[in-house]
Amino acid sequence: MAAKGAPMSSVRVFVGTRKGAFVLSSDGKRERWDVAGPHFAGWEIYHVKGSPADPSRIYASQSSGWFGQVLQRSSDGGTSWEPVGSAFAYDGDAGTHQWYDGTQRPWKFTRIWHVEPSLDDPDTVYAGAEDAALFASRDGGNTWEELSGLRTHESGASWQPGAGGMCLHTILLDPQNAKRMFVAISAAGAFRSDDAGATWRPINRGLRSAQIPDEEAEVGHCVHRIAMHPSRPQTLFMQKHWDVMRSDDAGASWHEISGNLPTDFGFPIDVHAHDPETVYVVPITSDSQHFPPDGKLRVYRSRTGGNEWEPLTQGLPQRDCYVNVLRDAMAVDSLDACGIYFGTTGGQVYVSPNAGNTWNCIVRDLPAVLSVEVQTLP
Amino acid sequence: MIRVVLPAHLRTLARVDGEVLIAVGKPVTQRTVLDALEARYPMLEGTIRDRDTKRRRAYVRFFACANDLSHESADAPLPEAVARGTEPFLVVGAMAGG
Repeated sequence: MAAKGAPMSSVRVFVGTRKGAFVLSSDGKRERWDVAGPHFAGWEIYHVKGSPADPSRIYASQSSGWFGQVLQRSSDGGTSWEPVGSAFAYDGDAGTHQWYDGTQRPWKFTRIWHVEPSLDDPDTVYAGAEDAALFASRDGGNTWEELSGLRTHESGASWQPGAGGMCLHTILLDPQNAKRMFVAISAAGAFRSDDAGATWRPINRGLRSAQIPDEEAEVGHCVHRIAMHPSRPQTLFMQKHWDVMRSDDAGASWHEISGNLPTDFGFPIDVHAHDPETVYVVPITSDSQHFPPDGKLRVYRSRTGGNEWEPLTQGLPQRDCYVNVLRDAMAVDSLDACGIYFGTTGGQVYVSPNAGNTWNCIVRDLPAVLSVEVQTLP
Repeated sequence: MIRVVLPAHLRTLARVDGEVLIAVGKPVTQRTVLDALEARYPMLEGTIRDRDTKRRRAYVRFFACANDLSHESADAPLPEAVARGTEPFLVVGAMAGG
């Protein structure tokens, strides 16, 4: 809690949508909001994220079916932007991966799904691509190199796209081990590097997916999202295509924690900023019905690290709601009363300023929301 | 000078208003015009042509003098009116939903 008379903290929320980016700002009460945007109007903004080392440094992935990929950088917290490098070239002969029909198809770059700034250097940023690959920039996004040890893993030729494309959508950096990184790929699974991205190993033991011939295969799982609390990087939480999973050994093994969820299909998963055993998911009816069960938009919270889940409904629509919440569209702030944020394909962005107990709609009619990130500012 | 008309999204990206005027040496072709355009506005690299193959992106069209030149060779001379600067070379986002 801020001392009396001390400046109140504030939050800045970056919302990527199908038709532009928006910046939502509020003080620490998170009651009154300023909505700025659209930035990059008309472009798909898959992800916008700020540097933990310099909150003024922001990276945004801007793409278009017409005009391809652009990477944007801001040095003033998202007020102004400049296009930086967007030459995402696969390292060497890209080779092939499996296509939907079982044939091999050359790796082809389509877009950047996720940008992940380094924890300690604002000029270092990682980018997750479709077709799945991990890129890194050490010069603020001007130039990019592929960390090709991931894509050239011996299993790479067997990876195949999920319905949304073969995307590398999650990048987690271990705050206690600078050489350890985690990524997740639909539909290949989760991978870990212990040498700063040079080499990778699949970390999917314990996952079961009825949609693949060998339900417990080393790769081929449609991992939708993984999340970590920075104080406990050995523990990972996963929302898989179906199943909510947990690992306590940095992904070496997983066990299911779906427990009493009404459905364990979904996309995002996140962890409370101050309690590593409090986890949030948004259950979605099924893989063919991408909307909440019974038309009721409910976030589920577990205070026990999984298995025991409670619905959080106050302030969320509890009838006739048929939106989806995509994998990168949930975030948490780190104010004393942890704020939870998520955006929907219907264009609503919700905030709970009290860890999920009650919800308010910040903005209601944006284009479909692809991603939500939040910065907690002094 | 060659006159180039960009679609609205690329004008915004390149931070230009209206037509772009660029100097292009002989011969004046799609390739030489786009090479000069990208040299002056590097942020446009990859947005009109594939960055590596230099092939036109699927949903981009090239028009000039009321003709669709999209399927012409990148090395074919552009119409004389474009080379003289009396007609613009148009880069157009193809009609497609979204």
